[in-house]
Amino acid sequence: MTTNGRVALRTQALTKVFRGFRAVDSVDLVVREGGVHALVGPNGAGKTTLFNLLTGFVAPTSGAIRVFDEDVTGKQPEQVARRGVARSFQITSLFETLTSREHVELALQGLTRQGFRFWRSEKLLGGNRTRVDDLLTQVGLMTLADKQVGLLAYGQKRALELALVLALDPRVMLLDEPTAGMGTEDVDRTIELVRRIAAGRTVVFVDHNMHVVGSLADRVTVLQQGKILAEGAYDEVRNDERVITAYLGEADHA
Amino acid sequence: MSQSTATPAPVTEAHPVVAAANPRLRWVLLAGGLVAALALPWFVYPPVAMDIVAMALFAIALDILLGYTGLLSFGHAAFWGSSAYVTGLIATNYGVPFPVAIIGGALFAMILALPAGYLSVRRSGIYFAMVTLAFAQMVYFVGYQWSGLTGGENGLQGVPRHFFGVELVETDSFYFYYAALPILLLGMWAAWRIVHSPFGRVLVSIRDNTQRARALGYEVDKYKVVAFVLSAGLTGLAGGVFAINHGFVALTELHWSTSGEVVLMTVLGGIGTLWGGVLGATLAVLLADYLASSGFDGIDLVTGSVFVLVVLLFRRGLWGTVRHQWLAWQQRRSSRRTRSGGGTRR
Ligand SMILES: Nc1ncnc2c1ncn2[C@@H]1O[C@H](COP(=O)(O)OP(=O)(O)OP(=O)(O)O)[C@@H](O)[C@H]1O
Ligand SMILES: [Mg+2]
Repeated sequence: MTTNGRVALRTQALTKVFRGFRAVDSVDLVVREGGVHALVGPNGAGKTTLFNLLTGFVAPTSGAIRVFDEDVTGKQPEQVARRGVARSFQITSLFETLTSREHVELALQGLTRQGFRFWRSEKLLGGNRTRVDDLLTQVGLMTLADKQVGLLAYGQKRALELALVLALDPRVMLLDEPTAGMGTEDVDRTIELVRRIAAGRTVVFVDHNMHVVGSLADRVTVLQQGKILAEGAYDEVRNDERVITAYLGEADHA
Repeated sequence: MSQSTATPAPVTEAHPVVAAANPRLRWVLLAGGLVAALALPWFVYPPVAMDIVAMALFAIALDILLGYTGLLSFGHAAFWGSSAYVTGLIATNYGVPFPVAIIGGALFAMILALPAGYLSVRRSGIYFAMVTLAFAQMVYFVGYQWSGLTGGENGLQGVPRHFFGVELVETDSFYFYYAALPILLLGMWAAWRIVHSPFGRVLVSIRDNTQRARALGYEVDKYKVVAFVLSAGLTGLAGGVFAINHGFVALTELHWSTSGEVVLMTVLGGIGTLWGGVLGATLAVLLADYLASSGFDGIDLVTGSVFVLVVLLFRRGLWGTVRHQWLAWQQRRSSRRTRSGGGTRR
């Protein structure tokens, strides 16, 4: 991975308290530009909350967030997205009545102001046909492009999540469990896809599947009870005693 | 990721293949609607016919918010009524042809909608409805108090109907119907255009999943304000025609019960369908007119009961239910065909 030393994402003493419960606790995270950074930790460790903080879906109790040295603390989700940070959701989050194609068309338009054109035909949205087809093909949804997503299978919806993030052509991608609930074959395809799209971007992803973490991540941060427990290269972290203890009782994931 | 994850999705979803709407059917419906609109004053007392079409546009305008953006406005009387007053005042004071007065009324409604929308879209669900209601109550209060301008409880009397000196239109409500119809049809076309535009797609995405729309970079609040203002403008067109049609503007046009009525009509017909508003308005106006002319004075009771009954029996509304059944049937048919190895879908 190319690492030219710039910092893509940085949090400083980032903290989120939910009614006295410290879901994210003084997290200082540094993600280098061009890196593929995994965020792991047991259920409830605060990984998704951290993503929500980074993308403006949850306001921090204290601490700061910087994206390429710009302070984005307290910015709204759409403002964060407009700064080139795109995320996928752990719990699939789609527009139930629209088709996959319509999703991708919407996503391609998201960062422009073209969505305000109420006097034009929505056929315009399909104007970027090759790009839409390309994205759908990349995630393997081309044959199902015109099916309403409410009727898609779970794994297909996960794939569409990825396509939406990709469509934004982000500088930083935050993927929350991109392979959750997928069969082995799909997991491998997703690994390949993420590896391909990671080129020239910064990726942070959460995954419980250590095969995925091991194949993709050049750096791993372990979160436990809202705090950073360990950080380093995959092999370092994997053999860290504290990490092994933290994952005890979750042996099936290791 | 595609074929291998072949766990079949449950086909219990609320909305089957909306995308598969048949273009030929759409033209047939459109032609049918147009013929009905043109024939209406032959069968219905022309001023009532005009009310039907005006109410239909009102319901359609509301549906842009309710059905397509997922926002329940309970204050649309403010835009309907204020446009009616402004239209009436322009017509009375400047003697311009009525379409000009109506455009003035609609523009006023849009200007009014800007602060109203700005304040209300920050809230969602019931709170959005409450803010719009509160705003409309303020407008009602102004209309009530400022009787020097609005006539207060007596309403605005004697609104003239100028139309380039064409006497038939100015005096005969049958001909007036045809002169005003294009304004309303244009409004309906605009609503259709809005809903089927890149903007309309964003509205639907906001309705379906606001968080995801934001994650895609959409400035959701701005989209909602624009939708609100556009909806108010179309409501204003309808309210303006209504004012000229009656030659009189009553304070009730600003009353919260008017906001409630249009919500009922839209829900009765089926939200998120546009045609539902037309159907709901037609039935509601015809029913109220029938009951009134038969000397019955429990109109609200009857229309209310009909409403409750329809919503209990068909939760998608009348048009929505028919459409849903039709699409479900088409889907069943096409999947049966695919399974038996026949033709491909679409
Ligand atoms: N909006 C909220 N209000 C209250 N508590 C919350 C909220 N969001 C998350 N939490 C709590 O914060 C803790 C961290 O949750 P989070 O979803 O971030 O964990 P996670 O690391 O993503 O876990 P998983 O691996 O299961 O996805 C959990 O105990 C959760 O119940
Ligand atoms: Mg999580």
